[in-house]
Amino acid sequence: MTLVRTRLPRPSSLASPWSTPGLVVVAVLLTFLLTAGPILMAGANPIDAYVQFLIVPLTSRFSILEVLVASTPILLTGTAVALAFRGGYWNIGAEGQLLVGAIVAAALGQVSGLPQVVQVPLIILGGALGGGLWALGPAVLRVRFGIDEVVTTLLLNPVALLLVDALLHGPWRDPVSGFPESPRIVDAAEFPQLLERSRLHLGFLVAMVVVVAIGYVISRTPAGLRLRAVGLSPNGARFAGIDVSRTLLLTALASGAIAGIAGAGEVAGMQYRLTSGISPGYGYTGIVVATLGTLTMPGVTLAALFLGDLAVGASSAGRALGIPSQLGAVVQGTLLLVTIGLLAVRRNRAAGAVRPGAVGQDAESVASDVVMGATEDEDAAQDGREP
Amino acid sequence: MNFIVDLIAATLRNATPLVYGAVGETYAERSGVLNLGIEGTMYAGAFSGFAVAYTTGSLLLGLVAAIVVGLVAGSLMAFLTVTLGANQHVSGIGLTILLIGLSEFFNRLMFGGTEVQRIDPFPQLEAPTILGSLAPLFSQYGLTWIAFLVVVPGAWWVLNRSSFGLEVRAVGENPEAADAAGIRVAQTRYLALMLGGALMAIGGAFFTLALLGSFTLDIIAGRGWVAIALVIFGRWRIMRVVGGALLFAAVYSLQLRLRILPGWGDVPFELLLALPYLVVIVALAISGRNVEYPGAYLKPYRRS
Repeated sequence: MTLVRTRLPRPSSLASPWSTPGLVVVAVLLTFLLTAGPILMAGANPIDAYVQFLIVPLTSRFSILEVLVASTPILLTGTAVALAFRGGYWNIGAEGQLLVGAIVAAALGQVSGLPQVVQVPLIILGGALGGGLWALGPAVLRVRFGIDEVVTTLLLNPVALLLVDALLHGPWRDPVSGFPESPRIVDAAEFPQLLERSRLHLGFLVAMVVVVAIGYVISRTPAGLRLRAVGLSPNGARFAGIDVSRTLLLTALASGAIAGIAGAGEVAGMQYRLTSGISPGYGYTGIVVATLGTLTMPGVTLAALFLGDLAVGASSAGRALGIPSQLGAVVQGTLLLVTIGLLAVRRNRAAGAVRPGAVGQDAESVASDVVMGATEDEDAAQDGREP
Repeated sequence: MNFIVDLIAATLRNATPLVYGAVGETYAERSGVLNLGIEGTMYAGAFSGFAVAYTTGSLLLGLVAAIVVGLVAGSLMAFLTVTLGANQHVSGIGLTILLIGLSEFFNRLMFGGTEVQRIDPFPQLEAPTILGSLAPLFSQYGLTWIAFLVVVPGAWWVLNRSSFGLEVRAVGENPEAADAAGIRVAQTRYLALMLGGALMAIGGAFFTLALLGSFTLDIIAGRGWVAIALVIFGRWRIMRVVGGALLFAAVYSLQLRLRILPGWGDVPFELLLALPYLVVIVALAISGRNVEYPGAYLKPYRRS
């Protein structure tokens, strides 16, 4: 394994179905083919439905901006997941981290008397802090005691939701309406709108800044090099003198913080209060975004925009064609499975071309090989759990 | 005394879905595959069981439907992770997203999602009155009896004493050696995942067909994740895993009872509900240190 950053050659042309863009297009087409079944059962024409999903949201200024609004939280959770997976840390707890970020943001948003230029950054920081805090426990258990972070991060998701419910049914119950919603945040806490007649808010800009910054950190800084090295092979990284535990810990905290910012954005930019429905699974969608984006930041950006388009389309298709909006989750799940399956097939092909039976290390897809795991370094990934 | 008897009876009842789920997951993991699709498989088992029981009026057909869904879910997971060798974490999460999405989609199509539909669920079996104050212990659902008297000992025996169990353990520990010994690695993993999927789906169906008699959104509420934690806590051994399920269920049942005791009224019940999840994490932190995973855990097998 080389620790030197190199521009990797692209052996196949973009037109090949096995190039990354080609593979993603094939994955989307296959997904639409597979989800035609449920659409037919709902009594709708699949072609009409796909037009509603993909094209209609892009036909008006308002709905294009709505796509960006819908992309905002999943840009962040997608980045959070991609960052963690690149670093070999299986953070499946972005959902819980987002919720705790939302709680902290809702708490800070109720403080009155601060100017907006102070309170808005404070809320973003608070969201990051909350998400990072929620990620801290599993990260410490992992690096100190070798406890599998997959299980602990997953288990904390329902706990975070229960925490939200406890607050909304307890101290934060809306004093006016009695609904389980937190009091509205003060005006100075609201994220400014970016454009007239649109819900697009500061959170989108924040998300883009985070994406660019994380992309830079991963590919251009020593910290990013250590992160990638640990992700590819903890043993190799340790041998090269990298503090694996520290790198894993920082990766986990950064990932949690980014997910927490997503929660802050939904509170301060969209709902202006905490509700128990603040996240319809944005943390899990982040896993879809990260995988579809093959763990690269340009990929994550495109995947988040695509899934935002689908989300806006799914709700409009629901109204126009009478398809339950839950189809959105069906499409997401199918897309994730088809993508991960195709990535595996590509790796198998590449491996077969080099030496039969070996697991591939083809240069084109190092990043996505990490998400597919099961490289020869999986031994080492296990070993990385040892303190 | 009554409090203790009720608590134990409730513990057995609440442990039932976890026992099915965790035993199913144990089979998957012992064969070398981490199945994060468990949450979705339990969810789809709960929904499909309910939907079929509601439309046909037969609880047994509902149970059969859940089993079929579990078998399909298990084989889909096997196709991705065994045949294609795809990443197990992402495949499992994808399966969970897909199965929860499909369940909620069809729930909306069939029932409109406005009011909760109900069925007459399986009754709790009557215990003979001669047992006196111990009677609640024995008036359990049929699925609970089956779980503890058939599934647990059966799963233990098959895994540890039968040749199929030996094959499952062999392909999960050292697939190269198993292959050399003539064991069909892929076929064994398919069977383990399908058997596991069927058990998980029964665990989910227990909620709709026995405990509640209705299907509600978020009905599994992370119990699949709990089951995965229990498997690690139990170090992939059936009896220890079941012990963990009883521990979780005891804490869960205890917090339900704490709510009605004086002095606890001020504690939000959501925090008490979170308690069992935290207990599992603490139990993992104490006993799950540096456990020895199955040798081929997370690794696809290809002949070289």
